Formats: sequence, C-alpha cells, structure tokens
Amino acid sequence: MDYTLLAFYAFAVAAVLSAGAVVGVRNPVQAALFLVLTFFTVACTWILAGAEFLGLALVVVYVGAVMVLFLFVVMMLDIDVARMREGYVRYLPVGLLVAVAMLAEMLALIGVRARSAVPFADNAAHAAAAGDVPNTTWLARALFTDFLLPFEVAAVILTVAVVAAVMLTLRRRVGAKHQNPLEQGRVRASDRFRMVKMEATRKPAAPDAPADEVAP
Amino acid sequence: MTALATGLALGHFLALGAALFCIAVAGIFLNRKNVIVLLMCIELMLLAVNINFIGFSRQLGDPAGQVFVFFILTVAAAEAAIGLAILVTLFRNRRTIDVADIDSLKG
Repeated sequence: MDYTLLAFYAFAVAAVLSAGAVVGVRNPVQAALFLVLTFFTVACTWILAGAEFLGLALVVVYVGAVMVLFLFVVMMLDIDVARMREGYVRYLPVGLLVAVAMLAEMLALIGVRARSAVPFADNAAHAAAAGDVPNTTWLARALFTDFLLPFEVAAVILTVAVVAAVMLTLRRRVGAKHQNPLEQGRVRASDRFRMVKMEATRKPAAPDAPADEVAP
Repeated sequence: MTALATGLALGHFLALGAALFCIAVAGIFLNRKNVIVLLMCIELMLLAVNINFIGFSRQLGDPAGQVFVFFILTVAAAEAAIGLAILVTLFRNRRTIDVADIDSLKG
C-alpha cells in the first residue's frame, strides 16, 4: 500500500461518513455543514486522481458559493424541525433496504471489472494523452477547442438561472421607493426644469400695469 | 485483498461514487418531508456522478470526462439557485416547505 492509496481510503471513509451525516442529522444547518465537509473531502480525492483544476473548482464553486447559498436559505426560513422528521422511522427500513441493495449490486459489478483494471500510476493511456502538461492546460485545450460551443451555452444557462432566481424572489413592497430605469433613461431636460424669465430689478410698478407681469 | 492494495485504480473511484449515490437515494427516502434536504441529496447524487466521470477520465486519458464534470457543476449551480429561489417563494406564500402540504395539483 502506497501513500496515495492510504490517503484515498482515509478521504473515502470521511466522505461516506459525512454524507451519511447529511442524511441523518436532525438540523438542516448541520446537514448543510456536513455537505460542505463531503464536498471538500471529495475534492481531495479528485486531486489525488490528478484532476487538480476540478478539485479546486469544486471547493470554490460549491463550498464557496452554492453551500453558502444553501446556508443562507436554511437560516432565513423558519422551519419546524420536529415536524420535518415525521415518517423518518417509518421509511427507515425500506430506505436502507433499497440503498443497501443498490450498493451491493453496484459494488458487485465494479468488483468484476476492477480486477483487470490497471492502476492509475502505471496507466499508459493517461500518460500518452496528458504527457507532462499540467492538468489545467490539458483541460483548457479540450474545453476551448472541441467544447467551445457547449462552454458558451453553459455561460448562457448560468445567466438565465441568475435572472430567473432574481425574478422569482423579487417582491414589490407597497410603500417602498423604487427607481424606474425606463423613465430615468427617457427623461428630457424640459421635464426637469422650466426657464422662467424674470427681471433683474423690479421696476416701480406703474399704477395701471398688471401685477402678475413677471410670472407666466 | 490484492485488488484493493495494488494501487489507486478506477474501481476505487467507482466504489466511492456508488456509495455516495446510495446514501443520497436513502436520504431521499428518509427525508421525504424536508425539501432542503432533498435538494442536498440531489447535489450528493450529482457529486457521485462527477466522481465516476473523473475516474474514467483518468483511466482513459480523455479530457472530455473532466470537461463534462465542468458542465455538470455549472448546471448543478444553476439548479441550486433556481431551486432555492422557488423554495423561498414557496415558503413566503405558504409558510411551510413540508412536501405533504404542497399538494395543490393533486386531483
């Protein structure tokens, strides 16, 4: 057993335990924090596999952005935790049965194929493809040549998602003061102020002149 | 035990992905009432799929697997943003996020 394999086993055990805690803990805030731990540990295993860029992207995007969003929402909503746990014990046997059966089937399949697998360390295909190029360069060459159009589409999807999220949660309160950008852009100078012609000095009023000569 | 101890291989990553996926499935069964934990379980499932992609990409020496992980991360982030926005709107209107209470479409 080399150090890489030992590290992978440690990370895998930590990831599985924290994922189980996500499912099992009572408080949604604690579940979100355990999910952060799961993502971080899985990012460590990805770095072990040589996918450094995606490991760091997982930490930045998920731990830094998505999970913070989750935590914000969990803390903003006033959830009755006790009521949420109803049915937990009732569905525990069938849930465990399905999950354990699926896991056994998958592991059986993986075990059949994995006996003939070449370890990553002496894998010729990866060495031939990647060479001594850094992982980020290797990934970027594929991303910005063969996958350029999907990359742009992903950017559009993110933009649409942000706009949709804002529009879903936007609420017009009565009495709040808002700016209307349409009206602000359409304004003309004549709407804002009005030139009034006034005399610099008031002439002594003639007895027969009208009084409202100055103001139009 | 020889297969487990010869070195880090594809099977290790597939097994980790399978374990995380099954935990997420069990979580969906167990936390049927709490929409937030359901969203977290969906994120766990996507993570398990990503682990498989990374393992196969390393095994086959193909960058397409890692590029797909990149896209899955993008779509998952968009899904989380919209899902949480729907959740906030739902809680604002109904004062609850219990799945059992959200049955307006039931005939």
